[in-house]
Amino acid sequence: MSKSVLRGLRAAALTGTLVLGSPLGSHLALAAENPIKLGVLEDQSGDFAAATIGKVHAIQLAAEEINKAGGIMGRPLELVAYDTQSDNTRYQEFMRRVLQRDKVDVVFAGFSSASREAYRPIVDQFNGFAFYNNQYEGGVCDGHMIVTGAVPEQQFSTLIPYMMEKYGKNVYTLAADYNFGQISAEWVRKIVKENGGKMAGEEFIPLGVSQFSQSIQNIQKAKPDFVVTLLVGTAQASYYEQAASANVNLPMASSVNVGQGYEHKRFKPPSLKDMFVTTNYIEEIDSPKSKEFYAKFKAKFPSEPYVNQEAENSYLAVYLYKQMVERAKSTKREEIRKVIALGDVCMDAPEGKVCIDPKSQHMSHTIYLAKVGADHSISFPKVWEDIKPYWLGEAGCDLTKKDPMAQYTPSNPPPKP
Amino acid sequence: MDIATHVFSALYQFGDAFAFLVLSACGLAVIFGMMGVINLAHGEFIMCGAYVTAATVHAGLPLPLGILAGTLVSALVGVVVELAVIRHLYDRPLDTIVATWGLSLIATQGTLIMVGSTMAGVGTPFGSFQVGDYSYSIYRIVLFCAALGVLAALYALFNWTRFGVLARATIQVPHMAAALGVDTRLVYSLTFACGAGLAGLAGGLYAPTMTLVPTMGATFIMEAFVTVVIGGADVFLGTAPAGGVLAVVKSVMTSWQGQLFGQIGLLVAVIIVVRVLPKGISGFVLRERT
Repeated sequence: MSKSVLRGLRAAALTGTLVLGSPLGSHLALAAENPIKLGVLEDQSGDFAAATIGKVHAIQLAAEEINKAGGIMGRPLELVAYDTQSDNTRYQEFMRRVLQRDKVDVVFAGFSSASREAYRPIVDQFNGFAFYNNQYEGGVCDGHMIVTGAVPEQQFSTLIPYMMEKYGKNVYTLAADYNFGQISAEWVRKIVKENGGKMAGEEFIPLGVSQFSQSIQNIQKAKPDFVVTLLVGTAQASYYEQAASANVNLPMASSVNVGQGYEHKRFKPPSLKDMFVTTNYIEEIDSPKSKEFYAKFKAKFPSEPYVNQEAENSYLAVYLYKQMVERAKSTKREEIRKVIALGDVCMDAPEGKVCIDPKSQHMSHTIYLAKVGADHSISFPKVWEDIKPYWLGEAGCDLTKKDPMAQYTPSNPPPKP
Repeated sequence: MDIATHVFSALYQFGDAFAFLVLSACGLAVIFGMMGVINLAHGEFIMCGAYVTAATVHAGLPLPLGILAGTLVSALVGVVVELAVIRHLYDRPLDTIVATWGLSLIATQGTLIMVGSTMAGVGTPFGSFQVGDYSYSIYRIVLFCAALGVLAALYALFNWTRFGVLARATIQVPHMAAALGVDTRLVYSLTFACGAGLAGLAGGLYAPTMTLVPTMGATFIMEAFVTVVIGGADVFLGTAPAGGVLAVVKSVMTSWQGQLFGQIGLLVAVIIVVRVLPKGISGFVLRERT
């Protein structure tokens, strides 16, 4: 008996902490109705926390706004959040827990591509529904997933040709050594070749490495015109400080830095001078929509160090989910996918207009080219509007017809029918 | 490119790897190598030193004073930790693993909650210089000199001072030292504080070159442990040659095949040394001597 009582107490204690994120106090009457449960699995501690705590806050902000305005179809949104600690096995554990025990309607999960590939088979296995609100190396063709982050045809097909035209055709890639870095480097190689350039060199850095003297020397030896830095996690960000103090003085291009880890705020100028990043959102974007979002974010979380790309992706994802549920009149994945198949799930996000592509269930984006100046101020030399996530669809992924639940790369494209 | 450029670049890379290994390991060499406390919170003492250094520099202090402040605060925290936790576990070395691991989790998460997920860097001083086609950071040379200085200071402290003799006596035969009138509890405290302070010094010295985050200690801990494990019990005779051997392996492998192979080479070298010299390099040297 005592055991079951204890278990009950523990469950009560757990749920007590879990609903902390939702503004339950002021909406007790609303919460008494059957809530829509949204699982949030993001890294709130560990090596990736700097870039991802803002994602959790963005989801909390959107949920609070939606609940204040009456919820989704009159049902309140309840967050079930766990800290995945930048650890892939935690993702698997908690993904099973939210799907099996908490029985959430949808899960927003994941920063690193390694974590995503760790939990994705579990979502497929338990027939769940997950949003990956993060830029990544592209290629996930899985009907159980919606990806709101930017992909290589949005970030590299814009960035690399711009850099090659401006600085020259010799390119060096310094990338994190796991699936994200390896596949992204493959994209860079492909785009450099298509544009008549040449790879001066490539190096892959294990996650957690913080000392770069030798890598810096390798880069100086290869004499590239610019360096593509695809460094992930806080330890690897030490590269910029060390490269600057060794006076490498080369322009840099990236799809992940600044937009996620706000390195230009963390390091002393001018260590990120001449860094070019393609991102679909950062807090410096000077449009009314962006300013409004930034103001709301800062009002709720005044000590937030930076409102990054993935925070915006997470925020807009909650609203997209709301729209899809309301149009489908259901939280069932198959009903929602019928709405996506119509091809007109769009919204005015802080970055601009975004739409979900029915073939790949990825999202179109406004892509901003952010340049870091010598004083670490941000300017936007170029903006590309409405860049579609076209690669998967053109390569042969069509989720409206067939769901292969697989990830593809340029060297491993979908099988031709 | 001429030979001199190549030689200098190889020496620079060796010095850089050597400095990182030795500075990471010195504090642990005192606490683990000498005192036998398996200190899994070593990385967090380093983080403490780095954070205090950055905070004092942001408050307007010059960097050397900031590093000194980082060292002293870490040593002070070391005294507190020794009094509160470690003191009760000298007879239970395996339990120190659990206790210090717990401390490390508390320190990492506590820093995350109280200070936030990141801290602004302070910037690397001194600029760069050019040799042949390559440019190098001057601060890296400073780090190498600091590593040599710390080794020399440790040698002097434990061999030439009264405190050093008392510390070695206390740790070797505590009851005999106590019988001869040594306040062994005080000596234990001071020795532990010395190790914690050295860890803080490493953090302070590396603070300008690194990302300041609550988990930064983890990037030091692997190098620190392998250096101390293959070095053995003697702080100077162990850490210095161990740092030298591992730095050669690491810098050669990294320049040949990249960072991943540098790490693989480091671990393979450790496995070989531990297999051939189970008492570490200092155990081997001291046996040869007697």
